[in-house]
Amino acid sequence: MAEIAWREALNQALAEEMERDANVFLMGEEVARYDGAYKVSQGLLAKFGSARVVDTPISELGFAGLGVGAAMVGLRPVIEMMTWNFAVLAMDQIVHNAAKVRQMSGGQLRCPIVFRGPNGAGGRLAAQHSQSLEANYAHFPGLKVVAPSTPADAKGLLKASIRDDNPVVFLEAELLYGVKGDVPQGELVLPLGPASLKREGSDCTLITWSRMYYHAEEAARQLEAEGIHVDLLDLRTLKPLDEAAILASVRKTNRAVIVEEGWSFCGVGAQLVDLIQSQAFDALDAPVQRVTGLDVNRSYAAVLEHAAEVNPARIVAAVKHVLYREEG
Amino acid sequence: MAPAYPKDLVLRLFRSMYLIRRFEERAAQAYGQGKINGFCHLYIGQEAVAVGVNEAVQPRDYIITAYRDHGYALARGADVGMVMAELFGRGTGYSKGKGGSMHIYDIEHNVLGGYGIVGGQIPLAAGTAFAARYRNEDRITVCYFGDAAANQGSFHETLNMAAKWSLPVIFLCENNRYGMGTAMTRVSAVAKVARRAVAYDMRGESVDGHDVLKVYETVRDCAAWCRSGKGPVLLEADTYRYRGHSMSDAATYRSKEEVEAERKGDPIPRLRAWAVSAQVATEADFDGIDAEVKATVDEAVKFADASPEPSVEELWTDHFVEPGERDVPPRERVRGVKVDWPTYPSGQELRVSWELEPRTLVQVGEPHLKKPA
Repeated sequence: MAEIAWREALNQALAEEMERDANVFLMGEEVARYDGAYKVSQGLLAKFGSARVVDTPISELGFAGLGVGAAMVGLRPVIEMMTWNFAVLAMDQIVHNAAKVRQMSGGQLRCPIVFRGPNGAGGRLAAQHSQSLEANYAHFPGLKVVAPSTPADAKGLLKASIRDDNPVVFLEAELLYGVKGDVPQGELVLPLGPASLKREGSDCTLITWSRMYYHAEEAARQLEAEGIHVDLLDLRTLKPLDEAAILASVRKTNRAVIVEEGWSFCGVGAQLVDLIQSQAFDALDAPVQRVTGLDVNRSYAAVLEHAAEVNPARIVAAVKHVLYREEG
Repeated sequence: MAPAYPKDLVLRLFRSMYLIRRFEERAAQAYGQGKINGFCHLYIGQEAVAVGVNEAVQPRDYIITAYRDHGYALARGADVGMVMAELFGRGTGYSKGKGGSMHIYDIEHNVLGGYGIVGGQIPLAAGTAFAARYRNEDRITVCYFGDAAANQGSFHETLNMAAKWSLPVIFLCENNRYGMGTAMTRVSAVAKVARRAVAYDMRGESVDGHDVLKVYETVRDCAAWCRSGKGPVLLEADTYRYRGHSMSDAATYRSKEEVEAERKGDPIPRLRAWAVSAQVATEADFDGIDAEVKATVDEAVKFADASPEPSVEELWTDHFVEPGERDVPPRERVRGVKVDWPTYPSGQELRVSWELEPRTLVQVGEPHLKKPA
């Protein structure tokens, strides 16, 4: 076990998979000579050369599509988006080509590609650089969507994503790159799909993913001090979704709170509420609550930004609400 | 037209063009009968491009196209009945009826598909060419697109990368002068697409897209250019579609006179008339091909019409590759024959020797390059 930062865990995953499989290459803006805008690809150019670690022009649509084409004929591209906000420009290639080429060809082609990069808020970055866009990608059949929280999960799931024969949208978080955690030494490949029960309790189920795990964990600690114990379920993978783990936990605790960084309207949480109400209605002792980013464009001013964000206090309040333990 | 083409070549080109023409005519007929639905874009008038290109490149080269796509697969030797069955939405089609007219894939013949978003296929071609260079293969990509796609951002983004990285792609613009109902000249600052090559310091060429022999000669030259490592080519074939944009388009934006004038350059009678007058082949040769092609397409329509619809269970297949799943070649699935299916080296076998930027540039600033004191 070694304690390393997120960016180093991703760097290890990339280096190990590129070492293992010469069909894997990394392409994106600033990934090579700059060592990555967030230093995830540090040292990879020197190790693997300029055909396998490729600096691109600022042409997100173009290089995303180049990756899809290369994947269609047997390579395994890892396409780095400097942020998922910029990937909106590449969405045509991700959702029309990567996600559909196997189905449109009737199973003649496969598209083993990973699109990865930071998602969500970065801190005071205003409206165009602070979005959590996982719901957009989870909406499309044909894509897998991965959003881990800890460095160990990030490493194991990135390695599995690169080995997967299908297109994977791999969401990191700008505010997590420096966050450290224990990562087992040696080969670490985690299956895409299973959620991780990060904390056990019988009073309420807290469901989350990506960076919101840390807010949920903080809220769970505060609740524990008040004698409230939660199941903290970190989904890790949004698609495929671990429906069994969600339902098993809700059937145990009879209550659920969903924590999502992104907007409420048509968010991933809305889908989870639908799953719970349609499959476990009889187990619920309270309506499912959602804690999400507010449905507004993100502002630069600190007071406005923070007011729109999820924080542990809002999660604590939501858990107490479903337990009918509100104060006052 | 250029001299001294052997008879078998001329007849092969004629047969292929006429096969596409006849196929499209019968598709139009089936559309009228309600057997084909949705969007269906006919290639009638443009056959010399697909056929000339196919003669000039190798079977291992990749072909990637937009949605007016039946002709490219037919030119490459796809099973005619299975292409028609795809248009009919039958389980015996190349994509089991899941793709339809706009999405014809024949991977056995390196036809990597028809794409329905204008210009969306162009970056894919840079990717297949990138893969060929990455694996050090002698393999080029021909990327077809229409004139209107040259106004998409994907065109410019891709040409820039392809030129910078010397990717072996022939970007083949079939300029039929209209993007749906809008004349290229009405919406383009530079309507002559080949002229745009200069913006990316790339070779640009034009060819008469109604002259199959000129297309063949020009593409052969462009292919040699790409193979020799000189980078991509932007080739514009001037052509014309005699039908509307799709089956639902009456094409009222063009005058009758314009269409009539263009029909005089019809590539199929043009090749036939030239070959007879140059005594390369006889009317009897062509009559024989006419009859054979008609029978082939009749058979294809019969096959499609008699084929079953896909089973509803097929809805849930072909979305994700499951571990250990094998890709089943369509002709093996439908005709029960063994086919050569493209395979690529494993990541353990592959050695990547390509450097995308010069070594010296890449290593600037690295400590081991510092001159000893």
